[in-house]
Amino acid sequence: MRTPIAMLALFGVFGTLPAWIEAIGLYPYLGVEVMVWIIFGLGFNLLLGYGGLPSFGHGAYFGVGAYAFGLAQLHLYPNLWVCLAAATLAGGIAGALVALFISHRRGIYYALLTIAFGQIFWFVAVKWHSVTRGEDGLLNIKRLPADFGVASFGLGELDSLYWFAFGVFVAMVIALWRLVHSPFGRVLVAIKQNETRARFVGYNVWLYKWLAFTLSALVAGLAGGLFALAQQSAYPNVMSLQQSGFVVMMTLVGGGLVSFWGPVLGAVLFFVARDLLGAYTEAWLLWYGLLFMAIVLFKPEGLAGLWQGWRLRRKPARVPAEA
Amino acid sequence: MALFAAERLHKRFGHQVVLEDVTMSFEEGRLSGIMGPNGAGKTTCFNLLTGRYTPDRGRVRFDGRDITGLAPQAIARLGISRSFQVMNLFDDYTALDNALIATPQVRAMGFSMLSNLRENSLARETLERVGLGAKAHVKARDLSYGERRALEIGVALAAQPRLLFLDEPTAGLGTEATARIARLIGELKRDLTIVLIEHDMKFLFGLADHIYVMHWGQVIAQGSPAELRANPWVQRSNLGALQ
Repeated sequence: MRTPIAMLALFGVFGTLPAWIEAIGLYPYLGVEVMVWIIFGLGFNLLLGYGGLPSFGHGAYFGVGAYAFGLAQLHLYPNLWVCLAAATLAGGIAGALVALFISHRRGIYYALLTIAFGQIFWFVAVKWHSVTRGEDGLLNIKRLPADFGVASFGLGELDSLYWFAFGVFVAMVIALWRLVHSPFGRVLVAIKQNETRARFVGYNVWLYKWLAFTLSALVAGLAGGLFALAQQSAYPNVMSLQQSGFVVMMTLVGGGLVSFWGPVLGAVLFFVARDLLGAYTEAWLLWYGLLFMAIVLFKPEGLAGLWQGWRLRRKPARVPAEA
Repeated sequence: MALFAAERLHKRFGHQVVLEDVTMSFEEGRLSGIMGPNGAGKTTCFNLLTGRYTPDRGRVRFDGRDITGLAPQAIARLGISRSFQVMNLFDDYTALDNALIATPQVRAMGFSMLSNLRENSLARETLERVGLGAKAHVKARDLSYGERRALEIGVALAAQPRLLFLDEPTAGLGTEATARIARLIGELKRDLTIVLIEHDMKFLFGLADHIYVMHWGQVIAQGSPAELRANPWVQRSNLGALQ
C-alpha cells in the first residue's frame, strides 16, 4: 500500500477550507455538503467500483438514514450520538434486507432490482404520512450538541457544524480506505473480476456481495444522518431516483472504477458545477449531464483515469523494481 | 477405498441427456484421465464433480463423505480444486495476487476488514512451481497465453488441494508449451491426486495411471493406458485411429 498522499491532500483541503472558501466566492456550508456526499460516494463506490455491483437506488439508504436521524430525535432520544447511530443502523438494516433479495444477481438484473427497491423506500416515505409527514418531510430537526462526556459542543453555529462533519469525514475516509485494502476488500475485487473462480477457490460469493451492499448502505445511512443534521430536515426528495443518479454520476465522472478517490473528485466537481454554473444558468445539470455522457463515452475511467493516464505518460520508464 | 467416487451420475439439460449412468473412482496418489471427443460430456462431468451443477441422480463421495449437491465453495474448502478449460483468472490482479487470493490463509481471513492483505510464502512457492516466479508482479491479463495456462493451474494449486481437477490444461498450446505443462503435471503427480481431462492422447497416455473414455455422455471404456491400447472397442473408435 502506497502512502496515501491523496488522503493527506484531501484532509489538507477540507481542514483549511473555512479559511479560504469565501475568498473564492463560495461558502463554508458547501464544504459540509461536499463532505457528506463524499462519504456517501465512497461508500457507494465500495459497491460499484470494488464490488462491480451497480446500485441505482442508493439514495434510498441515504434517505432512510436522514429519516432515522430525525425520527430518533423526535421519538426516541434526543442525543446526537443516538441519532447518528440510528441513521447508520437504519441504513444498514434496510440495505441488509434488500441485499437478501438481490445478492444472487449481477449486472443489469442487479441494477434493476436496486432501482425497484429504491422506489419502494421512496414510495413509503411519501405515503406513510403519520411517520414521515409525506411530501413535507420531517422539519425542525435540531442540531443537537456533540456530547463527549467531559465536554459538550453545540453544533448550532455553522463553524462547529463544519468541524464536526470534518471529524466524521476524516474517520470515514480512513475507515473505508482501510476496508478496501483489507482481505475483505481484496476478495471483493477478486469476485468482481471473476465470480466463478472466486467460488471455486472457496469463497462464499453471495455472502461477500450481501456484506458489500450492507456496508455500503450503512455508510449511506450515516451520510444521510449527517445530511439531516446539516439540513435540519429529511424529505422524500433525498430518496428519489434522481438523487440515486447523482451519486452514480459523481462516482463515474470522478473515476471510482479505477481509483478510491474517484467519488471525491466527482463530488467536488458536481457541487462546484452546481454553484458556479448554477449562478449563470438553471440548466447547469444539463451541462453536468453532458459531461457525464462524454466521460462514459470517451473516458469511462473518469477524472481519476485521466490523471493516471497522464502520470503514466509522464513516467513511462517506471517499471517494477523486480523486473 | 477410492479418495473420490462418482456413482451412477445422470444429468440432463432440457430434453438433452448429457450424462448417463457415469461411475468413476479416483484413487489417492494416482493420476486419472478422462478422455473422449468434443461433446462427450467430459467438462459436464467435471462440473458435476466439483459442484457447478447438481446431478439429477447419483452420488458423489470424497474421502468417505457424501458431497452431492454441495456448493462449489464448500467443495473447494474440503480440498478439491479445479482449473478451467476456458481460462478463469482474476485478470486485473498480478500473478501473485491471483495465487494469493486462492490460498487457504487468505480465505480464512476473508472477512477481516481491518488488517492488511499480506503476501504469504505459499503463493510465492506456487508461482515458482508453475514457472511464473519471475512474473509475480505482472497482471494476469498481460501474461502470454502459455503463462496464463500455467497460472490457471497455479491458482488451483495455491488452494492447497488434496485432489486437483485439471480441465484440458494444454488447450490451445503449441508443442513446446505442452511439453512444459506435461513436465509440471508429472512433478505435481508425485504428491497430489490429479484428475485430468484431455483430448491429446499422447499427452494423457504418457501421464495417466488410469483412464476413463467417454462418448455420448457415457463411460465406454476404462483401464490403464496399456489396457486401453489393447481394448478392441477403443481401437475401433477415434482413439485407435490416432494411435
